[in-house]
Order: sequence, then C-alpha cells, then structure tokens
Amino acid sequence: MSSKKDDPGSSTGPSGSGGVTANPGDGPIKIGHFASMTGAQATFGVSTDRAIRLAIKERNAKGGVKGRKIELVTIDDAGKQSEAATAVTRLINDEKVVAVLGEVASSLSLAGGPIAQKAGVPMISPSSTNPDVTDVGDYIFRVCFLDDFQGWVVAKFATDTLKAKKVAILFDQAQAYSSGLADYFEKAFISMGGTITTKQAYTGGNLEISSQLQQLKGSNSDAIFVPGYYSDAGTIIRKGREAGIKSVFIGGDGWDSEELPKIAGDAINGNYFANHYAPEEDRPEVKNFVTKYKEEYNSRADGLAALGYDAALVLFDAMERAPSLKGSDLRDALAATKDFTGVTGTFSIDKNRNAQKSAVIVQYKDGKQTMAARISK
Amino acid sequence: MSDLLQTTINTLAVGGLYALIALGYTLVYGILRFINFAHSDIVAWGGWIAFTIAGWAGWLIAGETPWIAMPLVLLATMALCAAMGVTIELLAYRPLRKAPRLNVLITAIGVSLFLQNVGLLQKFFGNRPTTMSALLPNDVLVEIAGVGLRLYDVLTIVLAVVLVFALERLVYSTKMGRAMRAVSFDERTASLMGINVNVVISVTFALGSALAAAGGILFSLRNDLRMTADASWVLLGLKAFVAAVVGGIGNVRGAAAGALLIAFVEVFVHFYVIKLCIVIFGSAPLWVGQLQDVYVFAILILVLMFKPSGLLGKAAVEKV
Repeated sequence: MSSKKDDPGSSTGPSGSGGVTANPGDGPIKIGHFASMTGAQATFGVSTDRAIRLAIKERNAKGGVKGRKIELVTIDDAGKQSEAATAVTRLINDEKVVAVLGEVASSLSLAGGPIAQKAGVPMISPSSTNPDVTDVGDYIFRVCFLDDFQGWVVAKFATDTLKAKKVAILFDQAQAYSSGLADYFEKAFISMGGTITTKQAYTGGNLEISSQLQQLKGSNSDAIFVPGYYSDAGTIIRKGREAGIKSVFIGGDGWDSEELPKIAGDAINGNYFANHYAPEEDRPEVKNFVTKYKEEYNSRADGLAALGYDAALVLFDAMERAPSLKGSDLRDALAATKDFTGVTGTFSIDKNRNAQKSAVIVQYKDGKQTMAARISK
Repeated sequence: MSDLLQTTINTLAVGGLYALIALGYTLVYGILRFINFAHSDIVAWGGWIAFTIAGWAGWLIAGETPWIAMPLVLLATMALCAAMGVTIELLAYRPLRKAPRLNVLITAIGVSLFLQNVGLLQKFFGNRPTTMSALLPNDVLVEIAGVGLRLYDVLTIVLAVVLVFALERLVYSTKMGRAMRAVSFDERTASLMGINVNVVISVTFALGSALAAAGGILFSLRNDLRMTADASWVLLGLKAFVAAVVGGIGNVRGAAAGALLIAFVEVFVHFYVIKLCIVIFGSAPLWVGQLQDVYVFAILILVLMFKPSGLLGKAAVEKV
C-alpha cells in the first residue's frame, strides 16, 4: 500500500500556501474527532469514536482515500462546552486536520461549530439533532435527522399504527432536547387530529415522579409520550406500570441504550421509540456494521455508533469526490452528497446541510429491540 | 378515593426519606453549629455502595436474591457510611475545630466536591445510570380500595419511623444522648464535666451518616440509581436540608416534622393543585405542572419570614 502513497495524492494536495496547510501531499490524511470520552456522557463519545475508528480501519484496508491512509485524532472534551471549543481549536491549529467530526450533544456542537466555520474546516456532527447546529455556517453538516422530524415521526406512528387518539406527555423540563421534542410531537399530533390529554413535567435524574404518574393514570390516554433520556424513561416506565398505567409508552432516540431494559425490567416490553437505525434491520450495510462492531469491541452497536460510522463514510465519500482536500472543495463535495446509502439509511444532504432521511420505530419484545416500522416524510 | 390513598402513601414515603437525610444535617448542626455540605454525597455514596455490595454478592439478578440480602446490604452500607462520616470528620473537620466557622464550611464544600469527583471515576461507581430493583422486588403487599400497597413504600415508611424513634430515644434517654445534648449546649463546659467531646462528635457523624446511607438506599430503590454519584444528588440533599431548617435545625422531632411538611407540599399539594385546575378550568396549564420544586422553597421562605427558628425550634439567645 505504501507505494500508492504518492500518486494522486501529491498532485491534488493543497499546493497553495493560503492559511492552513493541511496535510502535505504524502503521508496519512488527518481527520479530527472531538467527543466526550470521559464525564457523565462518556458512553456517547466512546460509542461514536469506536465506530469512526472501525470505519477508518475498513477504509484503510481498502487503500484509504485518494490512495492515502486516514488517521484519526481524538480530543476529549469531557462533555463540557468550554473544552469543546478548545478541542476544535487544537484539532485545527495543532493537528492540522482536514475535517472535524463531532459532537453528539447539540450544545457541544454549537460550541465547536463556530471555530471550524471560522477556520474554513468542514465539520460533520454525527448525532446533534437540535435545528440550530447547522445554522452556524456553510461548513457545518450533520448526518442525523432533526428533532422536528423526529416529533413528526412519533406522531405519525401513534396516529397511523397505534391508532391513538389521546396521548399524554411526560417530559424533562431541564433538557432542551426533551421539551423541544415534546413540543414538536404535540404540534404534529394535534395537526393529525389527535388530542393531548395532559402534559406533565419532571426534572431529569431527580426525585419524585409519583404524582405525575398518578396524573397520567387518571388521564386515560391511549399512549404516553416520554421524550426523555433512557435513565429517566426506564424508571418512568417501571414505576408507571407499578402505578397501574396500562397505556403503551412511546419515546424518542434518547431511549437508545442497553441500560433501558435493565432499568425498566419486564415493564419495557411492548413499548416503542423512534431511532436512527435498528440493528436487526435486514440490509447488508446494517448487518456488516453490526457484525464488525461486535467483533471489534464485543458490544452492541447503538444508534450513536451507527451515526458516527455514517459520518465517517460520508466524509470519505466527499474526500474522494473533491478535487482537493482544501476546506472549500471538501465543503462543496459534502454539500453535493446525494442518495448516500449508509447504516442509518439512504440520505442526501439538503441546502441547509442537514440529512434528509427516514427514521425507524423500534419496539421492545422480551427485553430486545425489534424493528417495527420505517417512516419517512 | 384511590387517588387520595395513593397520594397519602406517596407523601409518607417521601417524607420518611427526607426525614432520614434531614436528621444528619440537624444532628451535626445541633452539635457543631455548621452545615455539613458533604452530607448529600454520603447519601449518594450510600445508594451506590449498596449497589456495589449487592453486585459483588450476586444479588442483582431478578428472582435469585435471598430474603436476607436486603437487611445485609442495608446494615453493611450503613456501617461503611458511618465509618466514612467519622473519617471525614477526623481528617477534614477536626483540625479546624478552633478555626472560624467559615473555614469549616468551605472545607465541607471541598469534601463534597472531592466525593463527587471520586464517585464518578470508573474505578468507583462509574457514570452509567442503573438500577438495583432486583435486590428487592417491589411487590404488592395488600390491595386497599384498588390501591396496591407496595413493598418499597411500606419499607421506607416503617424504616423511617423506626429509625427516627430510635434516634429520639438515643438522644433523650441514654448517657451518650445526654453527652450529645451537653456538648450541643456548651462544648467547653461539657468537656470540663468529663465528657469526651471528640467521641461525642464522632458518634454524631456516625449516626448521621448511617441514617443518610439508609436514606440513599431507599431512595435508590424507589427511583433507581438514575443519578451517578456526583453533584446531581445535591438537590435531594438541599430539600432534606430545607426540611431540617423548616422543622427547626438542631431539633430531632423538628427534622421529622419538616420532612413530612416538605413531602406534603411536593407530592400532595402538587397533585391536588393540578386536579383542582382540571376540575375548575377543564385542564391544567403546563406551568402549574412545573411548580413542584417551587412549593418546597416557597415553604422555606414563608417559614423563615414568620418563624425564623423553624416550626419546632426555639429562638436562640445571642451570646455576647
């Protein structure tokens, strides 16, 4: 492979001297990843980083991009906004990466985005679903769907498949993700002819939800929408069943974790949530990814891993198509991504640099995730 | 009717939890006149130590846990946390016994931050929310008027009542209790009367921390270990502290009464205000559902305005 190193790469490499001279023509292409490798959201960063490394390993085994190997530099931001900005600065100035991957949390993508934008280095967020993230500028992309779409998907599923007319909402008032998703769902569900029986709030991670559960029970709803993170959702479902709630629970991508069925126990079975992909889906891309990930890390690939993998593949695809690895060329190639087939489905990048894609609905059966539906606009 | 019964049970259980934690604040304040900020971290560690012990013993597998598991885990955790409380006092607070109050207060914050960051380490409790509901299945014991009386609620209420009464007996009818009250009244004179002040203070920390551990375990059973052993437990500690202040800090019965009052507004009042809105207006606006914590701190402000020494507290005479 080393013989290939200097054929096309050297001719198309950045010959100009303007600004950042990223990667000389030979040697590996450096890409950066900023992620929460430690801290309370460590599982997010670790899953994503593992998947990106897997994608790079596979790509390098096939000869890399433009005949050059790819090298990943990961900088830990510990889940903190101030650290995220520093991490992106270091990746661009010290490591001279050609593109940046990250972050999972929307708030951290929003902290790192402006720096990449200013330096003219493309950034792809694998899984930040907040609409504001890509509004930072024309160098910021993402490969996941947005929360307004996700809210619509859940509403569509509740209306069409569950035939729900009355839905109650229990959301985390301390999380922008949760309250945002609750609002998007509410709007979509009402426009489809449904009614919201009651909307209750709790504070994430904390304390008593017994009186909220009693209100939900008294509301006699067909379904209960819980757009929180898995740790709270697990407890809500378990305690909800104990409190005598018989309705089905539905949720968003915050439910995607191996811990959810552990926390909820048997109560988890029969409930649904919207997600980016389903590991059981019968497509070669999914099967290949799930098997390889399992071989490499001996753990189940969650939605964040799948998105991290797709973000890396989209970047490789754009790098291959771009005339050079200059920031502006790479940006234009990313923006032109069309009908790309990855683990999380087939998608194109729209004019707002967001991925236009479908979502899956996952159901828990016997404590395991099974795919219930694929929904697209 | 079933709503009323269920809400009352919830109130009593939550009140019991707060009481167990509030007693630790009140005991330490009563004797040392300082607020132990690290107390909420002992509660957090109580929950997570119990989880760790149960995991080691293989008791976190549903359906395979012997009945002896829960009492053993409870006692072991209470003992470990008591030792932890004593050690913290010995290493961090005792050297500052003669220093100004502010120094001790800041040290307590330091201890709290230390415990929060150590607790989050992978080698300790890690950063994944989890559950220990397999340790003790939350079975329905009896069903009254369509309401299932569940094991966690009953256990929390019974344990809280038993421990509060045991502490009350200890403080008011034993020699150690008399020594504690004497030190609380006047440390110097007490030591002149032959009371070993250091031992009394160690015992106080041991008791408070053991109760905090019990509170932490019961809380973690009811609500799962959703909170990693870090700063997220501070709000729970704060509410228990509010209970201690509302009841009259330094007063054992006051802490229990304050805890019940706080649980009453947080659970009972919160539930029925929403119900009332639904009855009158047909639906409850969202912000009414978000007032849960507001009630708690509103009670604190009201009590501090009209009876600053707390419901059962005595107005202190300013020493000159």
